[in-house]
Amino acid sequence: MHELAVTESILEIALRHAEPQKAKRITDLYLVIGQWSSVVDDSVQFYWDTISDGTIAKGATLHFERIPTELRCLDCGKTYQPDSRDLLCPDCHSTRLKVLKGEEFRLDSIEIET
Amino acid sequence: MTQTIPVIEKILSANDKLAQENLARIDAAGVFAINIMASPGAGKTSLIEQTVRALAGKYRVGMVNGDIATSLDADRAAAAGAAAVQINTGGNCHLDAVQLRSALDQLDLENLDLLIVENIGNLICPAEFRLGTHKNVIVASIPEGDDKPHKYPSMYRGADVLVLNKIDLLPYVPFRMDFFSQGVAALNPGLTQFNLSCTTGEGLDAWLGWLEGRVRK
Repeated sequence: MHELAVTESILEIALRHAEPQKAKRITDLYLVIGQWSSVVDDSVQFYWDTISDGTIAKGATLHFERIPTELRCLDCGKTYQPDSRDLLCPDCHSTRLKVLKGEEFRLDSIEIET
Repeated sequence: MTQTIPVIEKILSANDKLAQENLARIDAAGVFAINIMASPGAGKTSLIEQTVRALAGKYRVGMVNGDIATSLDADRAAAAGAAAVQINTGGNCHLDAVQLRSALDQLDLENLDLLIVENIGNLICPAEFRLGTHKNVIVASIPEGDDKPHKYPSMYRGADVLVLNKIDLLPYVPFRMDFFSQGVAALNPGLTQFNLSCTTGEGLDAWLGWLEGRVRK
């Protein structure tokens, strides 16, 4: 359970970017989280309500864009979403794969009131 | 007025930055540092005990231990000959760069050659929190099953070295080595791997040789 540390990081980044804009309030945060990143939306939301209290981000809405994992087989070219019990290419069983999506873990943008 | 501000920043960027500072400190002291990660029971502490016992006469070994509530593991390492610092993480599921920094403050880095960090027993998230060691070592073990790379991809993605422990149990446990290896190859092609048993000592020499090749002479 590390969502508290993650949520504190999100708040720190948002406040740091809002400050030079002279924001009065941060109203929305847009987060992009890949399936292979271990974070639980509900827990982040839970901590958010507590730690954002007393800051200009109080009451801001967290928007989670979850990105499903997507792999490409480097042998047959198939692009697919892997099964959690077997990563290999479902068509040719190759292990030569490229991770296209699923490892995102970033704050893309914030909406502020000035 | 409402406006959208582009941010595009990794959520763990503050941790990553601190990890770089930790690495700079470790490098400045001429120490080689590894971060050992695994599920509970895979054999992290046994591997560290064997490693310290084999190398403590040749090198000055320091150890940072992230056990949740006790100092048992640090005691075992200290008994084997390492300067040990215990971090009680109060139920956290991983070590982070802040915790390693405070551990570095408690160690006499200038008088160490090798620093071993034992992360918390967990296959979910430790690899996502960079500490500032040179190499991330993941310890897998035969009894935990051959599907672990497939189920915990981010841990295997974040590893630089794989130790497959408890190979003495292969005759007794169903473990498809090819399925395990396929998962590893898919996630982390060319990953350096050592198959060994901390109980029988089989395979330990290759691991120790790899480590010695990286420690300052």
